[in-house]
This record gives sequence, structure tokens and C-alpha cells, in this order.
Amino acid sequence: MTGHPFPVESGHILMFARAIGDENPAYEHLAPPTFTWASAHFDPDCHLRPKPGEEWFGSGAGPGVMPEGGGGLHAEQHFEYHRPVRVGETLYAHTVPGRSWEKQGRTGRLLFSERITEYRDADGAPVVSARTVAVVPEGPATPKSGEPANSSTGKDDTR
Amino acid sequence: MSPHVDDIKVGETRESVLVDDLKRTRIVQYAGASGDFNPLHTDHVFATEAAGYPGVFAHGMMTMGMTGRVLTDWVGIEPLLSYGVRFKAQVWPGDTLTATATVESIEDAPAGPVAQFSLRTVNQHGAEVVTGTATVRLES
Repeated sequence: MTGHPFPVESGHILMFARAIGDENPAYEHLAPPTFTWASAHFDPDCHLRPKPGEEWFGSGAGPGVMPEGGGGLHAEQHFEYHRPVRVGETLYAHTVPGRSWEKQGRTGRLLFSERITEYRDADGAPVVSARTVAVVPEGPATPKSGEPANSSTGKDDTR
Repeated sequence: MSPHVDDIKVGETRESVLVDDLKRTRIVQYAGASGDFNPLHTDHVFATEAAGYPGVFAHGMMTMGMTGRVLTDWVGIEPLLSYGVRFKAQVWPGDTLTATATVESIEDAPAGPVAQFSLRTVNQHGAEVVTGTATVRLES
């Protein structure tokens, strides 16, 4: 199989189910609907966890540094289920870029981009198709107000 | 395993309080479980001084995960065919979130009846933080 392996483990599901406050007894055998998001743990290239020997952008002695493009937000997330994800199986995640488009917000252009991840089983059969829409405001990151992102842009595409 | 088509009616609705006074520790729990350690969500110093936010805020995917419960408590996990959301506003520590699922339509698909749900999660001020849809396979 192509893509990085994602072992669906019961202890991992227990921790995930507690975190989202959904401790359905069915999670003994099946994964919660958004659990494939946690495949980030098994993605060798995931940049949202600190790695040994690499600079991490969070605070330490100093406040940390907002990375390039760090003003991006998650605008939409969609999952299609071809069948439930079962505890004990290994899925293979393969991500490709999707469409990209622009919209004029009140404070400037908003750049939207899609990422499509297919989770397949060991036989190559599709299990979950995930579509992520991210939005990045064009130009340098500006200080954020306490307002939700959508009230500063007049759009409802950002959180 | 799926709900029977006779047990689900168009217009029927369920409401669930997902979290009352969201604690930062819960956000830390989600960071650990999801593998998304973006310090925006757990590192107050970074969020305020480096990123310019008033403080840390929950991962959108945490709110999507929590919102899923109003559906999974109702129909279970196996019959879910799709689940999608738009993130409308940030969720902050101290927020109380309430999710509502509504049956919008029931259609006869080739493989059997499918119910279309709308989903909406609001905070304690009544502001939408997440809206979405889900489709669920029904037994006939």
C-alpha cells in the first residue's frame, strides 16, 4: 500500500474519545467519526509536533515565533465513510492537494486551499475520504482581536 | 445497527450540551490525543505574545469531534455515511457548547433510505461555532 501506515489502536481511541467527551461503548470496536484526524501522530512529516533536533515554534525562554503562513485557519472539514474504521486494523493515508481559490474579504484577499486524504485498508479498499479546507489571509499576519475570524472578514468561512 | 426508517422523522431534533465551561486541560487532552500540538491551542504565551490572540482557543477539530456526539448518541457509528462542518467562530476556554441535530430529509437511495441531518453548535452567547451536515443509512 502507498501512504503512511496508521495503526488504529484501542488505547489511542480511548484517549481521543475522552478528549472529545464522547465515550460511546461502541468505541471498543469502532473508531469515532473524526478519529482519522489523529493519524497526524503517525505522519512522519507532520509539522504540528515537536521533533528531536528541530526548532519548535512554541514558547520557551521566549514567546516563540509565528511561522510563515501561520495565520492560516481550518475553514471546513468533510468526511465520507465507505465503512466504519475498526479497532486493530491498519489504514494507509495518502494526501494530495485539491482545489484552491480566492475570495475578497473585508480586510483583504482570503486564499482557500483543499487537501484530500484517502484512508485505505490493507487490501487497498477505501475506508474514509477526508477533505480539509484551509484559509490563509493574504499578506503579513496581523494582530488578532478577540473577535471571531468571521466577524473581521465578513465571511463565514473561517473560525 | 442502523436506525429503522420508521423511527426517524423529518423535522425531528436532538440537543446535547457538549461541554460546560470548557477547561484548558481539555484542550491539552485533545492536543495529545489528536497529535495537533500547534501551540496556538495550548501555549498561552505563544498565543498572546507571538500570535496576537487574546489567548489559547480550541482546535476546530475538537469542536467537530465533540459535535459528533449529538449524532453518535442518536444513530450510532456504523450507519454514518458522511459528516462535514464549517468552522464559524473560535471556541475559547470557559465556553459552554450546545449541539443540535435535525433530520432535514429522508431519501430513497439505491442502497436503501438515507437520512440527511443538519448540525449546529452554538456557544453560551448563542453564536454558531460550527455548522454542518451528516448523512446516515437507515434500515427499511
